[in-house]
Amino acid sequence: MGMTLTEKILAKHSGKDRVSPGDNVWVDVDILMTHDVCGPPAIGIFQKQFGENAKVWDKEKLVIIPDHYIFTADKYANRNVDILRAFAAEQDLPYFYDVGTDSYKGVCHVALAEEGFTRPGDVLFGTDSHTCTAGAFGQFATGIGNTDAAFIMGTGKLWVKVPETMRFVFEGTSMPPYLMAKDLILKIIGDIGVDGATYRTMEFAGPGIKALTMEDRMTLTNMAIEAGGKNGVVEPDAITEAYVKARTNHPYELVYSDPDAKYHSERYYNLEEIVPMIAKPHSPDNKATAEELEGTYLNRAYIGSCTGGKLSDFRAAAEIIQSNKVKIDTFIVPATTEIARGLETETIFGIPLIEIFKEAGCQIGNASCAACLGGPSDTFGRLNSDEICISSTNRNYPGRMGSKQAQVYLASPYTVAASAITGVITDPRVFIQETVI
Amino acid sequence: MSTTLKPIKGKAFVLGKNIDTDQIIPAAHLVYSLDDPEERKFYGKYALSGVPSAESGLPQGNIPLTKEGKTESEFRIIVASDNFGCGSSREHAPACLEIAGVEAIITPTYARIFYRNCVDGGFLIPFESYEDLSKEVHTGDELEIDQENFVLKNHTQGKEYKIKPLGSVADIVRAGGIFEYARQNGMVAKI
Ligand code: SF4
Repeated sequence: MGMTLTEKILAKHSGKDRVSPGDNVWVDVDILMTHDVCGPPAIGIFQKQFGENAKVWDKEKLVIIPDHYIFTADKYANRNVDILRAFAAEQDLPYFYDVGTDSYKGVCHVALAEEGFTRPGDVLFGTDSHTCTAGAFGQFATGIGNTDAAFIMGTGKLWVKVPETMRFVFEGTSMPPYLMAKDLILKIIGDIGVDGATYRTMEFAGPGIKALTMEDRMTLTNMAIEAGGKNGVVEPDAITEAYVKARTNHPYELVYSDPDAKYHSERYYNLEEIVPMIAKPHSPDNKATAEELEGTYLNRAYIGSCTGGKLSDFRAAAEIIQSNKVKIDTFIVPATTEIARGLETETIFGIPLIEIFKEAGCQIGNASCAACLGGPSDTFGRLNSDEICISSTNRNYPGRMGSKQAQVYLASPYTVAASAITGVITDPRVFIQETVI
Repeated sequence: MSTTLKPIKGKAFVLGKNIDTDQIIPAAHLVYSLDDPEERKFYGKYALSGVPSAESGLPQGNIPLTKEGKTESEFRIIVASDNFGCGSSREHAPACLEIAGVEAIITPTYARIFYRNCVDGGFLIPFESYEDLSKEVHTGDELEIDQENFVLKNHTQGKEYKIKPLGSVADIVRAGGIFEYARQNGMVAKI
């Protein structure tokens, strides 16, 4: 019997010919990523367990990307970045993307891809639940806690329980013009629930997926964790290789699921039948269509984060926002500095995206996680009281973007942009038929 | 020779389903050091402070895990409905519960990373129940977990429930975390 992509990667990294779901295996780690929230405690555990002067197992494989609480006056948050800085210096780490320097990147999951760390066939762990984003590249990638990260820093290994794989097949050859990857994943999460994939792999397949860009595939795999998934994967192809080769010379291995691999379950979707989706407060599986919620009052819109703050997300939003004014407070936060530069160079009808947003009355923030997870009270775009926000981010549990009195609707950048212009929830198809060629 | 595990005893704190890590420890508080003995007390103070008040301490609600002005809770065992600990991978979540004085959780299902963090960090023991006990147990009930026979006793109500054995993670739980386990098995040198 064959194996899935995930099983093959875990078998290879644990020195076995084959593994089966439920096996506990110790795998060799290719990359460990940490950031400013979980890095300092992980470093603390590492030093306590391996000694004050211990060295990490392989400095080429540890990537530290501060991104969460960056543009804040909070003294504890700034102290945490100082801890990372001191550790990177002491360990002489080549991959530390320090705040306030030219190497500063922003949101870790997008930065990992941009810097060439998301390589097919590899095993990547990160101290952040959305580490599953990197599965878009045919990599095994998942989030872990500080103790596990400290264990890897010292040993280069970690135990993993081999997950069963759920397969989601998208039929149809191309994305309809009003649809984004965010709609597909909100639809899936709404169907299977926030624990519908707990302990499992979510494998996204079918001609509909092959038609997606890398950025769109990352939106899908990013939110595997919102269904409880251990990881999300897409088989690599020419699009994957083109992205990876442009960013690293490091070797990689293309791994595919066998045709006779055993799946936990398979679900089929037709792209033509999916419509713009929304997750209502206060859970990512509280699904509705944008059409059903048309007219719902809003007073805040937010476009940003690892799942909804990539260049293609802003391009989509700008297509709708151009030559309009936003009616409610609208915050634009590029995930990384590379994307922030893209906002200046990418144009629609010759106008840079950043000008389109400014002209429409949006506020533009610095590359970071910003209000995606609330953060200290001075965080850009944070919901500080009972705001009702539509957001391209990935979580809307109570208090996720700040105050637990606030309400958050999750939607695609198209839907967020359309709603920002009208001030109420709006199906983007209204605008797309008018403006997008 | 294996030693007998002592029962875990104490007051119950009851919650609903999908208690995510932002409710367990709101992100604004993640800035505090877990190593500094004074600063880490903030985690005990703010543990479960993101749970909407009406759903905190069921069935009555409006009961905080940690009383205003305190850093340690009177409650020892959390009983919750499905998918406890979903959301982020922050280890501050099981850590804050331990700092508040919670020793065990009982729920039918956990989110994967939270479960793993409880075990590998040796913070508290995540027991799985066969049924959803959050409707049976009341906040404040005196509970006892028999760790040898996997039985939950509710002394207040005079009831008993079977809970699931720990399964493949039992060795790590018994060792007290992944480092202790790895040392016992010669994977990590003793310091
Ligand atoms: S952007 Fe949001 S979801 Fe992504 S890593 Fe930052 S806080 Fe997490």
